[in-house]
Amino acid sequence: MDLELMTNSFPKLLSATMVTLKLLSVSLIIGLFIGLFFAILRMNKNLFINKFAYGYSYIFRGTPLLVQIFIIYFGLGQIEYLRSTFLWVVLKEPYWCAIIAFSLNTGAYTSEILRSAFQTIKPGFIEAGKSLGLPRKFIFYKIQIPIAIKQSLPAYGNEIILMLKGTSLASTVTLMDLTGVAKYIISTTFKPVEVFIVAGGIYLFMTFVIHNFIKYLEKKFSYQ
Amino acid sequence: MNKLKKFGLGLIVSLFLSFTANAGSIKIGTEGAYPPWNSKDASGNLIGFEVELANALCEIMKHNCTIVEQDWDGMIPALTSKKFDAIMAGMSITDERKKTINFSQGYADEVASLAVMKGSSLENLDTPEGINLSIGGSEVTKALKTLTGALAGKTVCVQTATIHQNFLDSGDVGKVKVRTYKTQDEVNLDLTSGRCDAALAAAVSFTDYAEKSGKAVVLTGPTFSGGAFGNGVGVGIRKGDSKLLNDFNAAIDKARDDGTISKLAIKWFGFDASM
Repeated sequence: MDLELMTNSFPKLLSATMVTLKLLSVSLIIGLFIGLFFAILRMNKNLFINKFAYGYSYIFRGTPLLVQIFIIYFGLGQIEYLRSTFLWVVLKEPYWCAIIAFSLNTGAYTSEILRSAFQTIKPGFIEAGKSLGLPRKFIFYKIQIPIAIKQSLPAYGNEIILMLKGTSLASTVTLMDLTGVAKYIISTTFKPVEVFIVAGGIYLFMTFVIHNFIKYLEKKFSYQ
Repeated sequence: MNKLKKFGLGLIVSLFLSFTANAGSIKIGTEGAYPPWNSKDASGNLIGFEVELANALCEIMKHNCTIVEQDWDGMIPALTSKKFDAIMAGMSITDERKKTINFSQGYADEVASLAVMKGSSLENLDTPEGINLSIGGSEVTKALKTLTGALAGKTVCVQTATIHQNFLDSGDVGKVKVRTYKTQDEVNLDLTSGRCDAALAAAVSFTDYAEKSGKAVVLTGPTFSGGAFGNGVGVGIRKGDSKLLNDFNAAIDKARDDGTISKLAIKWFGFDASM
């Protein structure tokens, strides 16, 4: 065990953690909007819209994140036509390719989490709103969405943790996130155990913080 | 229940047998993704210069060899943790690697080169044909200066944990944006997609790719050798495994003398890369 290497690599890994956190937060925010949008589409009575939203979540939940990120990064990069369009400005950058892949992936899971949360809302809540003469939009934004958020917190907390670990795949498209820098250090020291233990510890700590934050929110939003 | 017991016993016996059968035989690790040194054919069998050379050397050493696949970035850790006993994966002999493992004498040498897409502004650089960083001199200094100017602010792509990455990190060509990939295949893909302004690897791996893919990848600048690029490609062996090291050195001597290495090199590289 090379303790010196562990302490030396810690600051480098810590600054790479910022990249990981940036990837995570940006894709979670975009993913939340995508998820909400598709959850609403899923509850639409129009069969075509409904199936479209279902197809999206089916494809992105049914394929590995690694495959998705490879298709977006290496796959789309091979299409010559695409390279001459304005889209290439975004797709040329590994950072945005990773953000697109992560957002679409977490968006699919989030849409399912929110849909099931919406569907478990007791009809009584909505009826109560209606009987008070509240407009439909008001009921949706002020009653349904807050309840849905409450219902979906435990599952969504899980999704955040899964996504945190998912961001490690950014290193496969040349991004220097926590895993990427860990691999870089290993490539010059040939000591994977020490470096990955430190990197794993940092991931574990982030998970610990996220887990407790969600727990705190759950308590705050509980009915009691 | 009885059947289960029998199955378990059989499993233990067969495991035991497989362990004993392996004593006296060695495993050689290769990447299988760095043609023409080592790669895989369409059905997934390992092929290439080093695969055939490994078999030839094993025959000389009278060892029973199995060649196993290992991702490049885990090659040296896999050797030191005894996943296999020798590396033959186009691995150049460098001082940096010698801190962790031993190398046999070199069996082949091959120069590195930058590659760009045809029509790139980096295509016609005013540099000598080849530079040897170990020798140095005014010509080398001048060539590195030209490269530093040409590559300033450009993205240069390399495979991770390679001599090519070490060279770019060394600062000899100034501060270029280095992008590292897990395999050379991915480097080639991103060179053709235009995400990389240039790529650095063994010259032959670019010409091999250009030939097979039909993509307009061309070499540019000088060929590099010496310095960070090491001194030829040798067999990587664990420190302390001196018997195997001696065996390989003797076998390489023999294979060189009887022309086996040259013959295989010409077959796979198109020129005599043996040393």
